[in-house]
Amino acid sequence: MGKRTYLYKKHLNANAKIIDFAGWDMPINYGSQIEEHHFVRKSAGVFDVSHMTIVDVSGRDSKNYLQYLLSNDVGKLVDRGQALYSAMLNHDGYILDDLIVYRMSFGFRVVVNCATREKDLRWMIQNTDGFRVSVQEKPKLAILAVNGPDSIQRFCEAVAGPIAEEAQKLQSFRGQELDACFIARTGYTGEQGLEVILPEEDAPEFWDKFLKAGIKPVGLGARDTLRLEAGMNLYGQDMDETTSPLSANMDHTIAYTPAEREFIGKPALIAHKALYDAGEANELKGLVLESRGILRAGQTLITDQGEGVVTSGGFSPTLKHSIALARIPSNSKTCKVDLRGTPTPVRIVKPNFVRFGKKIFE
Amino acid sequence: MSNAPEDLKYASTHEWIRIEDDGSVTVGISDHAQDALGDIVFVELPRLGTPVTAKQEVAVVESVKAASDIYSPITGEILEINDTLMDAPEMVNESPYENAWFFKIKASNTLEFEDLMDSDAYCDHCANE
Repeated sequence: MGKRTYLYKKHLNANAKIIDFAGWDMPINYGSQIEEHHFVRKSAGVFDVSHMTIVDVSGRDSKNYLQYLLSNDVGKLVDRGQALYSAMLNHDGYILDDLIVYRMSFGFRVVVNCATREKDLRWMIQNTDGFRVSVQEKPKLAILAVNGPDSIQRFCEAVAGPIAEEAQKLQSFRGQELDACFIARTGYTGEQGLEVILPEEDAPEFWDKFLKAGIKPVGLGARDTLRLEAGMNLYGQDMDETTSPLSANMDHTIAYTPAEREFIGKPALIAHKALYDAGEANELKGLVLESRGILRAGQTLITDQGEGVVTSGGFSPTLKHSIALARIPSNSKTCKVDLRGTPTPVRIVKPNFVRFGKKIFE
Repeated sequence: MSNAPEDLKYASTHEWIRIEDDGSVTVGISDHAQDALGDIVFVELPRLGTPVTAKQEVAVVESVKAASDIYSPITGEILEINDTLMDAPEMVNESPYENAWFFKIKASNTLEFEDLMDSDAYCDHCANE
């Protein structure tokens, strides 16, 4: 038996098929992954992502500490509740994890991946030397993510009162601390939505209210195809400790200015940048397979510039064909994949396929 | 527990067969197999007239999770294929024993039927997998 979130029984009641995910018993689907995917693109779905690791950072040096720890700059977070996506790099400029950091009344709240929990906590604590900060994991908090074009309306119907009033006012990548919970307009699907962070014992009540308001439970299977369509990376698959953010389509998350800010991995990253700008590094691109068949992680690719590999692949329920994220040599123009013995041409596109329910690549 | 009709025979690789009145053999995949694969998104079928031998790969199903080979449970020749699966692969999830049969074979050696499992043996096989 793995670790279970506070909503485990609710998942079973909703007919969940449970799988092991990094030591957690989590719902992969509640019947049909594809139907759940469409529900998020067309209406509203809720994910239990309470397995993710929340780390609160407080203390007088918390801003300086995170400005040193992260490759994006928390100095951009002016207002309380504001959110920022960042990589956390090692000294070689490779990716230890990707995360979301929120500005909070007490300092900052960082949400990291579940599979990297021990490594991340160790790294975060190890790098507090010289900073007056407290780094505290919050394992008793649950996270519910509600996503889809109807998500905000349904969410407000479900919770009503002051939470709904605040939720309606929020802009994208903004959050609000409330008495009962923290809500933020962040997500991992390419649709609008809200994430709710709350004490785990309150999660079942919220879950029931969401389902009553017509929000359907969605498993980790659909979460993966939704994020793939949205061109969002998955740590451990599209990037890891052997990958530079420049080869993971994450250059825009690196804050190179202000130039005087030192952060872990910066000198190494500047060396990567020289290679990258010279076209000598691999880059993460999108692939489209319009014929039958499925691109899968690990498949070898042959481009006009050399070899590459599929990092995430699958069937896109929205587009009805296979798409993938792939790491291939810079400036590749043509690409072929070996599909069960048949070399098959695939199209190289920007790594971004679907946003707000619509195809967005050429 | 998955459902495995008693009038069918089963291969350890999760195909079912039904021996029809005219002596032909209809082949599909079991409820257990479709459930394990998850939503099925593509099906590739053999060509008509292809000679096949028992345990040979003859078709492919691609699900949201993985690609899986489908093996011919018996030796013979492909008589008919269910090409409605090409456009409606989800039928394999919805109706594995009825609408979503894969192909029919003209069996060349009926003794091979003895190598296949009945419903009870197949359910035990799934439980022990």
